[in-house]
Amino acid sequence: MRVSIFRFVPGMDAKPRMQDYEFELPRDRDLMVLDVLEQLKAHDSSISYRRSCREGVCGSDGMNMNGKNGLACKTPVSEVAKRDRLELRPLPGLPVIRDLVVDMSQFYRQYERVEPYLNNDSPPPAQERLQSQEERAKLDGLYECILCACCTTSCPSFWWNPDKFLGPAALLQSYRFLADSRDTATEERLAKLDDPYSVFRCRGVMNCVNSCPKDLNPTRAINQIRTLLVKSGT
Amino acid sequence: MKKLREMEFDGLIVGGGGAGLRAAMQLSQSGYRTAVLSKVFPTRSHTVSAQGGITCAIGSEDPDDDWRWHMYDTVKGSDYIGDQEAIEYMCNVGPQVVYELEHMGLPFSRTETGRIYQRPFGGQSKDFGKGGQASRTCAAEDRTGHALLHTLYQANLKAETTFLSEWFAADLVKNQDGVIVGVVAICVETGEIVFVKSKVTVLATGGAGRIYASTTNALTNTGDGVAMALRSGVPIQDIEMWQFHPTGIHGMGILVTEGSRGEGGYLINCEGERFMERYAPTAKDLASRDVVSRSMVIEINEGRGCGPDKDHVYLKLDHLGIDVLDARLPGIMELCKTYALVDPAIEPIPVVPTCHYMMGGIATQINGQAVTQDTAGNDCPVQGLYAVGEVACVSVHGANRLGGNSLLDLVVFGRAAGIHIQDVLRQGVSYREPSSSDLEHAMERIQRWENSESGENPADVRADLQRLMQDSFSVFRTEEKMRGALSQLAEMRKRVEHAHLTDKTEVFNTARVEALELDNLLEVAEATAVAAEGRRESRGAHARVDYEERDDENWLCHSLYFSQDRSLRKRAVNFNPTIVDPFEPVARVY
Amino acid sequence: MVVSATSLSRSGLTDFLLQRVSAIVLGLYGLCIVGFLLANPEVDYDAWVQYMASPVMLLFGTLSIVSLGVHAWIGMWTIGTDYLSEHKMGRRAVFLRLIYQGLVALSIFVYLLVGLAILWQFPFGSA
Repeated sequence: MRVSIFRFVPGMDAKPRMQDYEFELPRDRDLMVLDVLEQLKAHDSSISYRRSCREGVCGSDGMNMNGKNGLACKTPVSEVAKRDRLELRPLPGLPVIRDLVVDMSQFYRQYERVEPYLNNDSPPPAQERLQSQEERAKLDGLYECILCACCTTSCPSFWWNPDKFLGPAALLQSYRFLADSRDTATEERLAKLDDPYSVFRCRGVMNCVNSCPKDLNPTRAINQIRTLLVKSGT
Repeated sequence: MKKLREMEFDGLIVGGGGAGLRAAMQLSQSGYRTAVLSKVFPTRSHTVSAQGGITCAIGSEDPDDDWRWHMYDTVKGSDYIGDQEAIEYMCNVGPQVVYELEHMGLPFSRTETGRIYQRPFGGQSKDFGKGGQASRTCAAEDRTGHALLHTLYQANLKAETTFLSEWFAADLVKNQDGVIVGVVAICVETGEIVFVKSKVTVLATGGAGRIYASTTNALTNTGDGVAMALRSGVPIQDIEMWQFHPTGIHGMGILVTEGSRGEGGYLINCEGERFMERYAPTAKDLASRDVVSRSMVIEINEGRGCGPDKDHVYLKLDHLGIDVLDARLPGIMELCKTYALVDPAIEPIPVVPTCHYMMGGIATQINGQAVTQDTAGNDCPVQGLYAVGEVACVSVHGANRLGGNSLLDLVVFGRAAGIHIQDVLRQGVSYREPSSSDLEHAMERIQRWENSESGENPADVRADLQRLMQDSFSVFRTEEKMRGALSQLAEMRKRVEHAHLTDKTEVFNTARVEALELDNLLEVAEATAVAAEGRRESRGAHARVDYEERDDENWLCHSLYFSQDRSLRKRAVNFNPTIVDPFEPVARVY
Repeated sequence: MVVSATSLSRSGLTDFLLQRVSAIVLGLYGLCIVGFLLANPEVDYDAWVQYMASPVMLLFGTLSIVSLGVHAWIGMWTIGTDYLSEHKMGRRAVFLRLIYQGLVALSIFVYLLVGLAILWQFPFGSA
């Protein structure tokens, strides 16, 4: 198999290039894309990418594999490689620091903008705050986000307005706190979202849903925020 | 030497996992300039992989539950070398700390009455082992670590902690008085080397499972804190105690939570026999992890393993039904389908004991302050240095950790350290500035790799090291293998010293980081080897074929490894809880 | 909260609702026209004028032309802020966007005037 990797090493490369590596796939089993990268890196240590848990929960190794965003550690080569060719590029829409490593600060800033923490103005009880199973079920599909940025960097609206549109990941987290029965700041949260960019730049392209490695649905969360805004506006 | 740029903080936390973030939050909230320096963005830390839950007697599933029962289980689980004052503190303060997490927003699963859901875990009992299985592990589905880590990161955003994300700490800086005054670190993004100065330094760097070839640990768990401590002269305690988790996915090293057995799953051999009934008639599959792992290895060694090579056993979950699996173990379903190509609702999962947790670490007081030993054998605190979480050995886990106790350890002692450091800072801290030779000392490793001109590929040495440790220091250990490994490790030290860093670029050079990590892996591996060879008994996770029995006469104590002379000393176990009577060592039966 | 001086209502929600309501108005108006033409296959100019000059259709027509203006401004403003952004082109974007928005505003204004003029000639007859 030919593995084609986006390379850009500041101080060495004037501009980005694609570097090809030959890779022998085992016959008896599939590999994850990260396994391929790790084996290539053992020979060419200069290839840079982020990785940590290698089991799809830390969200480090989001990248673009043959045109589709996903986590290298939970994407089997057979699923993405086409015609014996695997093309690895950094996540689109964010500045490249080096090779497959992108500068995520814009992404994190948008996450921070939604105040991703519980706000509750009543003094906490001696034990836990009670929450019914039904109320808790509303957080399913929201709290599992691993901040890998696969969704946000596949969103055209984010490519156009990364500084103004919150992007699917941040909006999913925004709704995670709006939906939490223990959070009392719903009105304040909604008021901060009611501008023409933050939420409403979502055009329902649904690339986010398509690229989420955890099978979450940011578009649905965004629509639920819109519904809440409509309800609070009337 | 060019003068290093300096940054200064009141409190510096190295590591952004559960323990580091809990300590940082405590400090930030009290207004001290607090920085978390982490080689990965904090939510990528390995706490995120914890699945089953956080064990704590909050009395949700059983209103009569008692933290003393939890304490009893933990002491017994530790095979009696857990420090009882620390265990008492953890179990007693635990409920309050768990409630705090809930108040911060942690999305715990719920019971019908709206309280926190608790599930049974291994080694848990009611009424001091006499009342049957307890359900004491608080869970957010099977993603408790993820939920906990994100909640704590969010709490730190709220508290406005400073984050130095993707900074790699190379070494501690020790001044002429032996006080730790910060670290020399590399900003990975720019390659800049900075002296991060701090009134207190907290190591929260997690474990070092990557010294083994097969581990449930993240690729980043390279024992950086342990190695930094050793290089600055601080000893490491009980480092021979490595937990092998019974249910790592065969061939993948990916964890399947003990909660899967808590929910009713069990292990079978190739004959379809539920073999744990033979080894632990009462607790069966929910015996302590060391017991279950040994039983599995015996089954495999005696030819009752599964698969074409008879090298694993099966974890059976299909009888639980798809509804329970989807509701309680959705993460496990996903992991098994992705990595084992097995649907747990239909087929059993191939599992094998896999390196999971480092019980040993930097010996600390309950308040997190690191402890060393003077020549007379007395404890003495290390000024300026704290350790929390897996890198620390308080010790609450002793020779074997109970499932669900690690998350509790993180938050209880992260918080305890934060509270204590607040007091220390309030009273005022002053120390001598480090001299340029102190700083140069901390930069030696960086310089060595930087100056390397030719030699072996660090990745090759790392692979050999991991294979060696896997082969010689697994579930069962023998004198012969360990002796052999010790001499091979001496060989490997030479290889590491002559290895070559080919990539010397500045920006996001992960090859440099991996080279520095290799130094750390080697330190931990050596410590493990010396301590494991030295402890001539079987206790908890340390099972020796040549010394099959526990030896309370000689080894009811901690081991303490000093790297300067590669010596192993003994340190007394604390048997002085302040509220309850101590639990005296008895034979450990499940 | 992102502040934007040139958006129609400055509220994302109001813009969002206006765009949808105006679309519904335009859709319904379109249906009325098509419905009339279908119901009267051999329509002549007088019948057309009579239909368009009825008070209901006059008001509906006016509303539709205003809706068209609203709908167009929100849509074109959004497109402009997508493609002509400081993020992509720096300070130059402000200048370019100002020209673009000026042209769009002018066009919409002209369309509004011309549209209303045509519509309201029906009851009063042409000159």
